[in-house]
Amino acid sequence: MPMATASPVRWTREDLLGIAELSPGEIELILDTAESFREVGERPIKKVPTLRGKTVVNLFFESSTRTRSSFEIAEKRLSADNLNFSASGSALSKGESLVDTALNLQAMAPDLIVIRHAHAGAPHLLAKKLKAGVINAGDGAHEHPTQALLDAYTIRRHKGRLAGLKVAIVGDIEHSRVVRSNIHLLTKMGARVTVAGPRTMMPPGIERLGVEVAYTLAEAVRGADVIMMLRIQLERQGRMSIPSIKEYFEIFGLTSARLAGAAEDVIIMHPGPMNRGVEIASEVADGPYSVILEQVTHGVSVRMAVLYLLSGVHEETA
Amino acid sequence: MPATAASGARSGTPGERLRIENGRLIDPAQGLDGAYDLLIEDGVVAEVVAREERRPGRQAREPRERGESREARGAREPAVLDAAGLVVAPGLIDMHVHLREPGQEYKETVATGTMAAAAGGFTAVACMANTEPVNDNRSVTEHILSEARRHGYARVYPIGAVSKQLLGEELAEIGEMVRAGAVAVSDDGRPVMNAELMRRALLFAQHFDVPVIQHAEDLNLSGKGVMHEGEWSTRLGLAGIPGAAEDVMVARDLLLLEDTGGRYHVAHLSTARSLELVRRARRQGLPVTCEVTPHHLVLTDEEVARTVFSTQCKMKPPLRSERDRRALLAGLADGTVDVIASDHAPHHADEKDVEFDLAPFGILGLETTLGLCLDRLVRPGVISLSRLVELLSTGPARVLGLPGGTLRSGSPADVTLFDPEGEVTIAAAGFLSRSRNTPFDGWTLKGKPVATLVGGRRVELPRRAAG
Repeated sequence: MPMATASPVRWTREDLLGIAELSPGEIELILDTAESFREVGERPIKKVPTLRGKTVVNLFFESSTRTRSSFEIAEKRLSADNLNFSASGSALSKGESLVDTALNLQAMAPDLIVIRHAHAGAPHLLAKKLKAGVINAGDGAHEHPTQALLDAYTIRRHKGRLAGLKVAIVGDIEHSRVVRSNIHLLTKMGARVTVAGPRTMMPPGIERLGVEVAYTLAEAVRGADVIMMLRIQLERQGRMSIPSIKEYFEIFGLTSARLAGAAEDVIIMHPGPMNRGVEIASEVADGPYSVILEQVTHGVSVRMAVLYLLSGVHEETA
Repeated sequence: MPATAASGARSGTPGERLRIENGRLIDPAQGLDGAYDLLIEDGVVAEVVAREERRPGRQAREPRERGESREARGAREPAVLDAAGLVVAPGLIDMHVHLREPGQEYKETVATGTMAAAAGGFTAVACMANTEPVNDNRSVTEHILSEARRHGYARVYPIGAVSKQLLGEELAEIGEMVRAGAVAVSDDGRPVMNAELMRRALLFAQHFDVPVIQHAEDLNLSGKGVMHEGEWSTRLGLAGIPGAAEDVMVARDLLLLEDTGGRYHVAHLSTARSLELVRRARRQGLPVTCEVTPHHLVLTDEEVARTVFSTQCKMKPPLRSERDRRALLAGLADGTVDVIASDHAPHHADEKDVEFDLAPFGILGLETTLGLCLDRLVRPGVISLSRLVELLSTGPARVLGLPGGTLRSGSPADVTLFDPEGEVTIAAAGFLSRSRNTPFDGWTLKGKPVATLVGGRRVELPRRAAG
């Protein structure tokens, strides 16, 4: 059982709703716990009995392949019983309210509920209503805490630290939950964050979150230790923000040539799913600086850590 | 204004006399604020009588006999209402409420809405036209007034629609509705987006001497927004409604008003810039008035974060920035704001118990407005008690051309008694409104309504709402 961590912080939360409310100590505790789970994924038999007898419900109201698979694998590696519940074919498509859906699940006494929802604050609504612990797997444009944690874990594995790094995040800042969680996490841990993107995709007051704002890719990339590219979804943002994919790529698309000026050991990240040729050129996505697939691998360890901490088993055995 | 418009609670019977004594009487219309008794006869104000100075240090509580012998002209002795320690004010008027009847009686009815009004210290309300069916013709106006006559606990003044079905395409029959008792026109809940229709409405409404009330919101700019656009919408990842959505509409309408004349009133004004536009237009001599709500004076967009996405903080216009809030407070003090109105917007608990994006806009106001204003505006010294009475009574009466708003002799004896020192904890569960949607549940406030009189009669309320 992975128990030994150097962090002096005790985990007391029942829910993981966002990064905004976490302390640096809590973030470190999750990352350290993830570290101790990493080797489980490298064993021939990738399973530990840690969450045996615990029930986890994956409640996905928005389509997701990566995050959902990652949670599922994390749950299975921890020996939890899991139940998948998606919006299509569920009671939700029959007009049941989120609260009613949740109360019905609650009646089956799950220990944890992982929720992905198109509306900001949906996990918070569940957390107010339910006894089960709630894990936010992405709510609207608000937060995606486990994504930020796996990003931080990946950065830490490459750079050995977070403090003092320059991290550039490029894309549709306004509609991205990944950005918000990453900003909270990285600034709490002492990294310097620059966000960049078209002015039409930059939300007002973003600098109040403690970041620098850049409106050219070159400025964002200059001296960057980490570059995170965000998915551009024309269907979601509409043509009031950018006229065409072509125009976007010409201004903010990341190509090898545009990496000039970044730190020599820069790493390139992307939360996925990628649009090759839209926000990132294949030569970069598949190039030597890319750690994009590693992010996916670490996602499982980080989610195992979160499930483990929230399940309360570390308290039960303490 | 047609007398029949003033429907609701019954008036006093001939020969009935009442003396409200020992109170602090405030009537901004007459410049009165002090020790006056109020004599009511036949449902109208007979006289405001100055009391002689009392010895300092002595509290206002006096034996009831005092003064009775002095009154010689009445055949019968007046009944006495002791208002010691209370403020006696012209009946408060909430010129912006949604009574939801006809059509959405599960949220509110004329009966429950006027009960809530009376409980909150209001003797009259003006109700918006976005009912089902829409109040865009005289039969709906008449229906609302007939419900008010039969079940009302306060006077009800219907506001007719500007456009048929609130569609913003064709003018509604404004004259017909005004003859039936409507006191203004508004498509509230929706803006009049079409500038040409607004121009025509400002012109046409002049035939009936009623104001056009605008819910100022450019729907293209507000888009899918659910809260004020700013730091907090960015933090919460919620779609924002920029202040400009209101400002461009107010600016547009003021330009139209310059050409048309007539009367234009901005409903629930919420931004610093809109207020400044109104201030400048007023200076220019344009016939513009405006109202603000208690929630925009007390709360800011940060409240959505503080309450972790509480849908009780979702309304239109949205709770704005602290800068906007401070500007509104200044507007109260400097006279730019004419009216405080609640935008009482009942919604069923089930409708609010959903994701923030999906919840309807709007919160209750009738049962919290007076307490909030006394506690958050008068007590910290933002405005005086007299100015508050002006904003809650004199102002709305003037904007809508109503008979109340003053205690001048001959006025209808609509009176509000309130205790500026009385402490109260807001409990939504005990509201007389049929709905419970308030962000102020559990707030403890100093200042509370004590009684209302409509047409000289004290309004008796049931202890609790039925159901």
